[in-house]
Amino acid sequence: MERHVIDDLTDAAAGPGAANPVSPAPADLRRHAHRQPVCPRGVTTRRQWLKVAWGSLLAAGATVVGASARFLYPNALVEPPQVFAVGRPEDYAPGVDTRWQERFGVLVVREPGRLYALFAECTHLGCQVNWFASERRFKCPCHGSGFRADGANVEGPAPRPLDRAAVFVSEDGRLVVDKSRRFTWEQRERPEAFVAV
Amino acid sequence: MSLSDRLRRTAVWRSVFRQSHLRDDRSRARVILNNIFLHLHPVRMPKSAIRLRYTWGMGALCAILFAIEVVTGIMLMFYYRPTPEHAYLDMVDLAEQVPFGIVREMHRWAAHLMVVTVWLHMLRVFLTGSYKPPRQFNWVVGVFLLVLTMFLSFTGYLLPWDQLSYWAITVGSNMARSVPFLGQDGPGAGALGLVHAGNDIRFLLLGGRTVGANALLRFYVLHCVLVPLATVVLMAVHFWRIRRDGGMSGPEAYADVDRAGGS
Repeated sequence: MERHVIDDLTDAAAGPGAANPVSPAPADLRRHAHRQPVCPRGVTTRRQWLKVAWGSLLAAGATVVGASARFLYPNALVEPPQVFAVGRPEDYAPGVDTRWQERFGVLVVREPGRLYALFAECTHLGCQVNWFASERRFKCPCHGSGFRADGANVEGPAPRPLDRAAVFVSEDGRLVVDKSRRFTWEQRERPEAFVAV
Repeated sequence: MSLSDRLRRTAVWRSVFRQSHLRDDRSRARVILNNIFLHLHPVRMPKSAIRLRYTWGMGALCAILFAIEVVTGIMLMFYYRPTPEHAYLDMVDLAEQVPFGIVREMHRWAAHLMVVTVWLHMLRVFLTGSYKPPRQFNWVVGVFLLVLTMFLSFTGYLLPWDQLSYWAITVGSNMARSVPFLGQDGPGAGALGLVHAGNDIRFLLLGGRTVGANALLRFYVLHCVLVPLATVVLMAVHFWRIRRDGGMSGPEAYADVDRAGGS
């Protein structure tokens, strides 16, 4: 006759020395100590059922946590526009122009032969830099970083020069700034990073 | 029979207060044990462990300041609206138009003080070695409470919505950019190319890519609901563990109790 151990509790309940014909001998117990309980075909053990139950509960919990996290990332945002026209290239005199700083957070700079848009955003921790024409410096009010007119960092904790936004001239001749494309100091010679004038 | 005696014999009184008289140590201990608010507290304390020179009263001060924050904070919520149009002006109105609007200043000063007392409490526990076994776990709970206190302070800082708070939160949240794997500029973020300004941990905090209306609302909810709730739960655990870990630590713990023959 083939023996089946229904589960650990059955044996424990029978106790040592109980007159139970299916209770295995001590040697048998040792041999089966690390085995999963055996079960007749078609019968679910308590352990199997609990595995499924806990698994389902964990899966449901993880789904709820995941969905709640996703809930905090909306599909649409109301933010200031990233692409905007800032007049015509000929409107800008040589030097730093601050007229769009408050509205769009960019500074339009005209050098001999080129026009580009600096982010008015300190590369240290993101405060808005201000242009001081008399000192020919951008200064950050938060921790004292300073930048030259071309954005190069010259003092304070800022680790790198100011970034630049993509600029181009539209078909109707207006200068357009695209803040969604950002260029570092090293990328400043890319054709999208300036407009030749 | 005096009126108070008659009151004590009513069914209502006896249903609320289970024990009748403070006859002996045992009935006095039961007052603590049977009360939901007091039962967190150790039933007895060694005299030497509650000397002001030993504890500085710092733990209790933190709890008292937290209670002040809760009361004044709820009062402020009756006037304050967390939107860019209203936030700053509501704060100004609290100062200029609301009788006893000084509760806002109380809230702010108690908040600053709480940060100081929490640090000092930690220092005291360190200096007296009260973090040692069996109280290691309560030290860890305390560290979490310290972090929550700092986070409460941080989230509350944005709510006045003035220049100071706006740029302070800009600076503070930009630090979150550099969190490993979770921040857009953090180590590990660029390697996978999956983390950007629209899905990193800073976005989670601000509800946007810049400090704006969403950030103000998120900080308000965190400051008024989520973080205080977590703090209250951990405070309950913290107080409860003092009792479970053998009461207050002390230079000669329980020596005076033992001398007095207490059990």
